[in-house]
Amino acid sequence: MAILVDPATKVLIQGITGTFGACHTRLSIEYGTKIVAGVTPGKGGQVFDNRIPIFDSVAEAVRETGATASCIFVPRANAADAIIEAAEAGLQLAVCITEGIPIHEMLVVKRALSMHQMKLVGPNCPGIVTPGQEPDSRGGCRIGIAPGYIHRQGHIGVVSRSGTLTYEAVWQITRRGAGQSTCVGIGGDPVCGLSLLDVVRLFNEDPDTHGIVIIGEIGGSAEQETAEWIQTNCRKPVAAFVAGTTAPSGRRLGHAGAIANSTHETAAAKIAVFRDCRIPVADSPSAIADTILKLL
Amino acid sequence: MDLHEYQAKQLLTARGVAVPAGAVAESPARARTIAERLLESDVRRFVVKAQIHAGGRALGSLVEHPNKAGITFCCTPEEVEHAASEMLGKTLVTDQTRPEGKRVLKVLVEAAIPVQREFYAAVALDRTKDCPVLLASATGGVSIENAVSASPNRLIKEWIDPLLGLRQFQARRVAAALGFVGGSILTAADFFHSIYRTWWECEAMIVEINPFVQNTGPATQHSIIALDARIAIDDNALFKHPEFESLRDAAEEEPIETEARKHGLDYIKLDGNIACLVNGAGLAMATMDAIKQCGGTPANFLDVGGGASQEQVAAAFKTILTDTNVHAILVNIFGGITDCAVVARGVAAAINQSGVRLPVVVRIEGNNATQGRAMLVEGLSKVIVAHSIEEAARMAVQAAGG
Repeated sequence: MAILVDPATKVLIQGITGTFGACHTRLSIEYGTKIVAGVTPGKGGQVFDNRIPIFDSVAEAVRETGATASCIFVPRANAADAIIEAAEAGLQLAVCITEGIPIHEMLVVKRALSMHQMKLVGPNCPGIVTPGQEPDSRGGCRIGIAPGYIHRQGHIGVVSRSGTLTYEAVWQITRRGAGQSTCVGIGGDPVCGLSLLDVVRLFNEDPDTHGIVIIGEIGGSAEQETAEWIQTNCRKPVAAFVAGTTAPSGRRLGHAGAIANSTHETAAAKIAVFRDCRIPVADSPSAIADTILKLL
Repeated sequence: MDLHEYQAKQLLTARGVAVPAGAVAESPARARTIAERLLESDVRRFVVKAQIHAGGRALGSLVEHPNKAGITFCCTPEEVEHAASEMLGKTLVTDQTRPEGKRVLKVLVEAAIPVQREFYAAVALDRTKDCPVLLASATGGVSIENAVSASPNRLIKEWIDPLLGLRQFQARRVAAALGFVGGSILTAADFFHSIYRTWWECEAMIVEINPFVQNTGPATQHSIIALDARIAIDDNALFKHPEFESLRDAAEEEPIETEARKHGLDYIKLDGNIACLVNGAGLAMATMDAIKQCGGTPANFLDVGGGASQEQVAAAFKTILTDTNVHAILVNIFGGITDCAVVARGVAAAINQSGVRLPVVVRIEGNNATQGRAMLVEGLSKVIVAHSIEEAARMAVQAAGG
């Protein structure tokens, strides 16, 4: 098992005909992901790479192919709409890669999602990977833009607010001979779908996950909330890393959500809370894998 | 994107918020003209306010006139002209600016409003609840952070459903909690509604009014006046509001940052001497942290984007090298899908083209990393190749001279 997705998950791609969406669709297929449909309004009836049918709407794609998850590559101006369309079509999961969705639109999306069962990962995220058993972890499920080969099937769950920093952590784990159950990049926006805590709860219930790595950063208070929950509820070892101890206050560092406007939003405050909750925090980004492996 | 007080007030007045009569000036003479015009409409007391992107102006001080703050009250147009001449072109330091302060290029000249009691109101994003929140307090004026930390239960919070907007009963509830009574409850409620509308329509991250006052004078139509205002717009939403582009003040930004943005780079200048060039924002922050941990100080935050294309890397080197404090450069690339050999070629080209004489520490990992590293070692004598972020940081600190 794993969380959110497994190799049997049927995935559709919203925005399959864009350059970026098309490129990552091919990489996902190569990885072993069951991509069953694409959606591009106005291009229904066409076929992507001679094998993936394209539909005008998510509802149609779901009806015809039985897809349960979506990966969204729709440009920012229409991405909020794409998320709501996915929810309304009855999908279980949508992963939104799009960067730069206006925050007010995401507030409306969040309210709309409260009326549906669909889980959202992202936006502005690398997506989800559940590694498979074949070489370079193929045979798994990759939804998003993460490099597949850095993974290895195993028992560490990784959840992160960052992209390349996640790859860094995953690669370290793989190179030390361990592997991952599922890796989830929840994204760097201030308003996003699943939170760090939501994903940690899923890992806690997943028999295949034996340890959890949390990668946080400045901004918001998701790390605090997660640390406190872990202290009283989590049955598995957890290690953390928080980026941004040198970040200047009041400045946004790359991610829309990476801004510390008050003391409790700083990396130092978050690290202190993790340590107060007896969760080991890696001192250096090079030590993320070692910090969790020591606990297993 | 931060706005100036006078710009924020324009957006607010367009949505029904009353502010003191006044206008913005870039010269002392213009400041005087504004005051003279106010005098014609019976204004007898004026205030001159430095327009910078930072709060704490009343308690700050001008570098050139240490006993003068960024806000001055005056009684005549001559005094207004003098106060403006003391501020314009000078540097203001407050507890919210960097130690070197900010240059004052504009002042706002307004009618001074007699103040009996100062209130605070803001609409902000509550990241824990994923909804807007209206914040209000009966102790406005000075730093709200201090007022709130002294007595946190004095801050009134009203959470707003973004689908429903701020309802009238909610606005009235906040007004009553602040101590407004009778008909003034309705006036205050209208005022809260206007600031929420501004937050929503302008897609602001924050709209803050500190302070607003209840005006009891008979001559005014409005009984609530916003004396100060701060608005920051969501950068993600700017593409929907081309009209806001003219509100951007290039003078408030580091010229290097403005230049970098043109090349699609996310660059923030810092005070250290080790420049960083990294793909991905999280990894970039972590790289800065690693430098600090090894006893150095980062000169910047720089995200060249996940793919680290040759053009981006070249532009990044150019940007980094305009900062004369830089003594060493640390390149940290995780080539996920991108081929590290391609990235290495880009880095090598950028080093050669820019003619950089500084030591460059490169840590490159991921797809085809071995070949990428080999290419860097062979071609370039200035390049030091590291194998982990920690090692790279240590080497960069050493190369920068400890």
